[in-house]
Amino acid sequence: MKAAPFAYSRPETLDEACALLAADDGARLIAGGQTLAPLMAMRLARPTRLVDIARLPGLAFVRQDGDTIAIGAATTQRAAEAHALVRGKLPLLARALPWVGHAATRARGTVGGSLANADPAAEIALVAVTLGARLRYRDGASEAELAAADFFVGPMVTALPLTAVLTAVRFPVWDARVGVAFHEMSARRSDFAFAAAAAQVALGPDGACARLAIGVGAATEFPLRLATAERALTGTRPTQAAIRAAVAEALADMTPMADLHASADYRRRVVQSLAARAITDAIADGGARHVH
Amino acid sequence: MSIELAVNGQIHRVDVEPRMTLLDCLRDKLLLTGAHAGCEHGVCGACTVLLDGVAVRSCLMFCVQADGYAITTIEGLTPAPGELSVLQDAFCETHGMQCGYCTPAMILAAHALLAGNPAPTRDEIVEAISGNICRCTGYAQIVEAIALAAERLRGANRPAEP
Repeated sequence: MKAAPFAYSRPETLDEACALLAADDGARLIAGGQTLAPLMAMRLARPTRLVDIARLPGLAFVRQDGDTIAIGAATTQRAAEAHALVRGKLPLLARALPWVGHAATRARGTVGGSLANADPAAEIALVAVTLGARLRYRDGASEAELAAADFFVGPMVTALPLTAVLTAVRFPVWDARVGVAFHEMSARRSDFAFAAAAAQVALGPDGACARLAIGVGAATEFPLRLATAERALTGTRPTQAAIRAAVAEALADMTPMADLHASADYRRRVVQSLAARAITDAIADGGARHVH
Repeated sequence: MSIELAVNGQIHRVDVEPRMTLLDCLRDKLLLTGAHAGCEHGVCGACTVLLDGVAVRSCLMFCVQADGYAITTIEGLTPAPGELSVLQDAFCETHGMQCGYCTPAMILAAHALLAGNPAPTRDEIVEAISGNICRCTGYAQIVEAIALAAERLRGANRPAEP
């Protein structure tokens, strides 16, 4: 349970960080290290160099950016969870963050680290896909942005170039009467989820769903947004039967993962129930709230 | 690499390999063996220390990442040699420990909780120690100890009436 030897660098700038990554194929970024450090302890990862960006200036922030909230990649999950802008304007992310690991891992683990790590069970990734967040990165001298839906490619695999540094993620803010819900199923609280679902709805003056965002995670290799269910339910005041039917249709082609702890059939069944419950609960939650 | 660590109010200069965890550095270089090595991959919580007052796992940090933070170990909580903090006293009184392996980490996690929340609910206490595994007590006396310490600290710290 000791990591293999590696070199350690702590760059002061993004340029320097990118140069260090470009110079060595075996170099890896570390910020909070809450996943990388155990992988290294078990020698499942053996980077030749760690490039530490945990305290790189300008990477830890939460701020309003037009009609989005931008969160710096090195912002700790704990800081994001406590931030007034997240609590006030990103209620779905605020609801999901307490499910991420434990208090002691959220104190070091970062928002960007969780996204770049792309664990299928990761809550922040699920919220990013559900809300259509955009991820910004720096690769050498160039900056680019990816939609969350294009960012996650497979379990622990993203479209982020190996030499790039994820710098920020922007979550859209809905200017509406918003309700949210986040549910997950795991063996114990804070263990890796077998299935998870997130929903955000905006209710019109008549109480109908003016806008919906629904996503599921943990059951599949990366989070999925249930676009067909969103379309089917928008403009309606859906019954339970309608919600269940829309979810079942949206997930008809899903390929659930399977392991010792949860079979594919179990995950399919649970993720459908959680998604339907998330939609129902988000609509119920919508009555009380106005995000602006 | 040569680094400076601020542990329990004292600055230490240590020479370490980058791969040495903060936990191993505390135990093997500074001989602060109150932080315990359990699973060494972030699951058991026995290695909990405070970083700027916040509970973190010292096995999930390389010590080269730890300079510039105020690190507190269980050895730093006692008011004076041979004395116990209010929390430590409460753990003794309610039998909040048996083998003692998880105890320093439990107390540090509780310390961080009470620093920010002097009147935690039972659920908040349970949440605060949810990342710390105890295989002896069944947790009930640990929760009781933290609630008792919170009550005593609230009484002790009540500001004078104007």
